[in-house]
Amino acid sequence: MDQSIPVWVPLLLSLRVAGTAIVIASCIAMLAAWCLARRKGPLPALIDAACTLPLVLPPTVLGYYLIVLVGRRGIVGKWLNEVGINLIFSWQGAVIAATVVVFPLVYKSGRAALEQVNTDLENAARTLGASEWRVLLTVSLPLAWRGIFAGIMLAFARGMGEFGATLMVAGNIPGKTQTLALAIYDAFQAGDDDLALKLVVITSFVCVGLLALAETIVKPRTG
Amino acid sequence: MITVRLEKAFPKGVPPFSLSVDYTFTAEQPRAVLFGPSGSGKSLTLRCLAGLMKPDRGLVRVADHVLLDSAGNVSVPARHRRIGYMFQEYALFPHLNVLENVAYSHTGNFPRFMRSDVREKARGMLERFSVGHLAERMPGTLSGGQRQRVALARALNADPLLLMLDEPFSALDTILRERLREELADMLEKLTIPVIMITHDPEDVDFFADVLVLYNHGRATPVPDYRRMRRHFPTASACLRHLQRVCWNEPEGEDSVTGIAPETADADGTSPNAIAPSTDRPDGARHGAPAESSVG
Repeated sequence: MDQSIPVWVPLLLSLRVAGTAIVIASCIAMLAAWCLARRKGPLPALIDAACTLPLVLPPTVLGYYLIVLVGRRGIVGKWLNEVGINLIFSWQGAVIAATVVVFPLVYKSGRAALEQVNTDLENAARTLGASEWRVLLTVSLPLAWRGIFAGIMLAFARGMGEFGATLMVAGNIPGKTQTLALAIYDAFQAGDDDLALKLVVITSFVCVGLLALAETIVKPRTG
Repeated sequence: MITVRLEKAFPKGVPPFSLSVDYTFTAEQPRAVLFGPSGSGKSLTLRCLAGLMKPDRGLVRVADHVLLDSAGNVSVPARHRRIGYMFQEYALFPHLNVLENVAYSHTGNFPRFMRSDVREKARGMLERFSVGHLAERMPGTLSGGQRQRVALARALNADPLLLMLDEPFSALDTILRERLREELADMLEKLTIPVIMITHDPEDVDFFADVLVLYNHGRATPVPDYRRMRRHFPTASACLRHLQRVCWNEPEGEDSVTGIAPETADADGTSPNAIAPSTDRPDGARHGAPAESSVG
């Protein structure tokens, strides 16, 4: 690793990538969770499996799929290339990789949280004239937000540590696409154990901090 | 007048269950009680009426509003049916205070913000049920009786065409139940809309039923003249047991009413054995249509 790049550069990049990815993933994942909550049947089961897939596939497989999709000669990438957008080896590419990786965490916890809301409450809102959208906004989300928020924080922490898919899609360019996890690998490979240790400690503290923060917000105050 | 014709099958249930009911309340403002054991299809009927569940086939008409007509492909969504529904556990929104709960039918995506006229209307409704002082409280801090009043106020604040109560007392202990039964009867007395109540407590039937519908295994038999029938029996449960036996050809249990022998015709010449089906379909399609079964 280039010694001229201070440690806070990969840290800020990681936060930026994970933060952007979480915003995108949360919107899509919660929409999917809302659409699929309490749905039974083969089609919803299939969509659910597809939404959960990134959780079980190796990140390298995800990275491969993403390159096929948004790479320079990829299915979507071809079109993007023509209008001058190139996602490969850019921090936006890292965002897309992280988005796919954290998506199932938000989706799974969001769906579970929505399904735990008492159906009588949602039905009561319907008989009182509320549309499905209003039921979601005024009843389901306010009652499920703790579970949803916990899932988002968990996904954020996971996004901070994303390695495999990011490496394949965004590469490992110091100061540009080199996130914390990639910087650690680089430093370790280069024999710079001091730097690696420093980065490892930073990563651990940030993740522990995030999860602890989530825990205190989510747990209802007692006594 | 309310017409209820519903068919819904759950062939994959264990055991398989099917709801098939057909009855009409002819009165202007009927006070009907659906009575039957748990799992006989009472709640399912209410859900179909409210539009929370779609029957396989059916027709639901309240006054001149057709809410469901599978033949004509009409199915008004729940939010437009204008049916007040008081849920078994009252289903008050735990994250909104009492006033916000009652005003919910007139607020938007932010239930905490309400126009002053909406606020006044909700307050007025709370006053009407003597719970105005609870407006700022959260539902979790209310007693069972207070919750019931708030739930009733919330349902009526939406200006429903019909009020439905699903086991209004099951969430309460016995002593409270006795008191609230009288209170609720008084409150319902003042309403000018039809009321349908579900119960499996005979005492509730005595208090609330003008019209009775007996449920059993997904089938229903209306008893339009319950009040007259009731006079032949010392207790509500005796009367109901008798009616159930006549309707469903049930064998006599150990609680047989033989001892009180309601065979003798009353002064007005009616015999409790004769319960006339009130529907306009005398084709016996209903399972267990009142048969000429012997009594005791």
